[in-house]
Amino acid sequence: MGVSSKLNPGASRFGDARKSCTKCMVMLVVLGALAGCAPIQPWVKPYEREHFADPIMAFGRDPISASYIDHVYEAREGSRGATGGVGGGCGCN
Amino acid sequence: MQLTMSVTRTRAKLALRLGQCAKALAVLGLMGAPAVADVLPDDRADVLYHNYDGGGITIQGPSVLVRKKVGDNISFTGSYYEDLISSASIDVKLSASPYHETRKQEGGSVDFLHGKTIYTVGYIHSREPDYTANTSYFAISQNMFGDLTTVSFGYRRGWDNVFRDIKVNGVIQNDPAFHDRADHRAYTLSVSQILTRNAILDLNFGAITDQGYLANPYRKVRYFDPTIPGKQFTLADQIYPRTHTSSAASVQYKYYLPYRAAVTGQYRFYNDTWGITGNTFEVDYIQPAFDHRIWGGGLVFDGSLRFYTQNHANFYSDLFPRALYQNFEGRDRELAAFNSYSIGFGTAYEFHIPGAPWINKSSITFHINHLLIDYKDFRNALLAGNGTFTAGTEPLYKLNANIFQLFVSVWY
Amino acid sequence: MKNLIAGFVAAVVVALPAVAADQNGPAPEFTLPQKGGGTIDLAKYKGQVVMLNFWASWCGPCRTEMPFLQNIYTKYNKLGFTLVGVNVEPDSKAADDWLKATPVTFPVGYDTQSKVSRLYDVSGMPSTVIVDRKGNLRYIHHGYKPGDENEYMNTIRQLVRE
Repeated sequence: MGVSSKLNPGASRFGDARKSCTKCMVMLVVLGALAGCAPIQPWVKPYEREHFADPIMAFGRDPISASYIDHVYEAREGSRGATGGVGGGCGCN
Repeated sequence: MQLTMSVTRTRAKLALRLGQCAKALAVLGLMGAPAVADVLPDDRADVLYHNYDGGGITIQGPSVLVRKKVGDNISFTGSYYEDLISSASIDVKLSASPYHETRKQEGGSVDFLHGKTIYTVGYIHSREPDYTANTSYFAISQNMFGDLTTVSFGYRRGWDNVFRDIKVNGVIQNDPAFHDRADHRAYTLSVSQILTRNAILDLNFGAITDQGYLANPYRKVRYFDPTIPGKQFTLADQIYPRTHTSSAASVQYKYYLPYRAAVTGQYRFYNDTWGITGNTFEVDYIQPAFDHRIWGGGLVFDGSLRFYTQNHANFYSDLFPRALYQNFEGRDRELAAFNSYSIGFGTAYEFHIPGAPWINKSSITFHINHLLIDYKDFRNALLAGNGTFTAGTEPLYKLNANIFQLFVSVWY
Repeated sequence: MKNLIAGFVAAVVVALPAVAADQNGPAPEFTLPQKGGGTIDLAKYKGQVVMLNFWASWCGPCRTEMPFLQNIYTKYNKLGFTLVGVNVEPDSKAADDWLKATPVTFPVGYDTQSKVSRLYDVSGMPSTVIVDRKGNLRYIHHGYKPGDENEYMNTIRQLVRE
């Protein structure tokens, strides 16, 4: 199925160390941002989520109906996958 | 032991066969990725009646979903689904005879909440006289970044047993000479991001890989045969590849309108190793009327428009020039080039049941869709014959179907 | 590989959530319009133990918590305790409608501009803050799960004796 790629055997050690240092810096920034403690703060506060608490803004409002209609299309078309919707909600608790 | 077998296949199936693993996928939606990873799904029970009618096929049946939290951290979900199929479709009429059949499916799953993470484990079993499918799946969903972001990852594994029905002395049974398997693996990744007080964006990615018998044992290909008077074609067995890998990526955007309504736009791109590329566009609109925002009472209207287009699979042809023209040959219309249009409308009436204080909210919903599939390279081969069309000149097929849903939901 | 692991560990340590408001500092003062007329002024409650509850009518756990808060208010009010409900909704109509169906007797303030929510850096719904007789923050709790009211009562009992 996939073609495995081999690391460039000629790469210098110094180049490798620099690459992994950059990688760990990127991870730090991303994880820090994700945890909400460094550069970016969550810009929609928990007390500002009234619209997301509204059932009409839910992605999976009636799961029994959404999954049935997805099934109707998937059985008749060649495409499948990537139909889900997660997230949103009031963010309470 | 030699059994007397009728040569004619007793029936040709429609795409339910191809959609087996897709069914499990769709049911995953039923199991429900949780709306927010901090909170388990709502306790609710739904009973749905579904009816599909079009192209000579009627499929109807019940669907039941029940969810219940136990304690603060665990939620159980159970589901049951049936398809009662009555088929005299264009494919059935071409190579077999009309049939009736029932497919039954049960599923169960558990959601476990720990901190800001939800772990889900589930299992689905589907069976019909000539096909059984077992699927197990797990998913992890994590809230982060002030609960603005939800990241989910899921893995699903399916094991199918494929049989073929034949008529022996007037009785339909599995052909002992035919038994094959199909295995499926699916990976999903979702990221949902609250953008503003009114907007949320959802990104989904899914990769699926199948191995084994992936065709429909009743369907046929046809090839041009000038020796056949009138219709000038002969039917032959399909030859499908035994592997299939696909990937799809979609984006959904939901926006809250200030007068209390929501509009959703979706786009999905699909691509696979069979050469099919599909593009899906959908717009949904939902508008409550006379509705008390949180604790129910009133009507909710919704409408949707969907457009889907795909090209044909690289081994698909409506009419091959001769017998055994290429290594793989298929004529399933699900693999043809076509445009699919769907318009839908629904109404939900929300109400309170006076004598039952343990029920928070209940609703009854009615939904209809009209589906039109306009095939670009699948022809109505039934029309070929003496004095009418010859093979390859028949009009292109158009499918019109109506889909009806009626369901009652109770939250407790 | 080692660099990656070190980086990941560092990120996790750095990412451990910091406490939103300083738990042992003075509670920020504020005034809010009160339901039924008048103004709520936190400074006027000095000398009493004050519990602030940030809630919204659209928040399920907030609604579940309300009857327990009402009980706590009734129980401890005479011992020098008061409860102030801070409603965070920009439009108070939904909150008023809900309180009509489920009335409470403790004072409720409307924080329509979210200024008090920002002052207290509210990072979850609901949020409960308890302030001692001297006006210092002593307890912060986010969310509500059945059983949390016992924790509230323990803290109140302890602070009321001071």
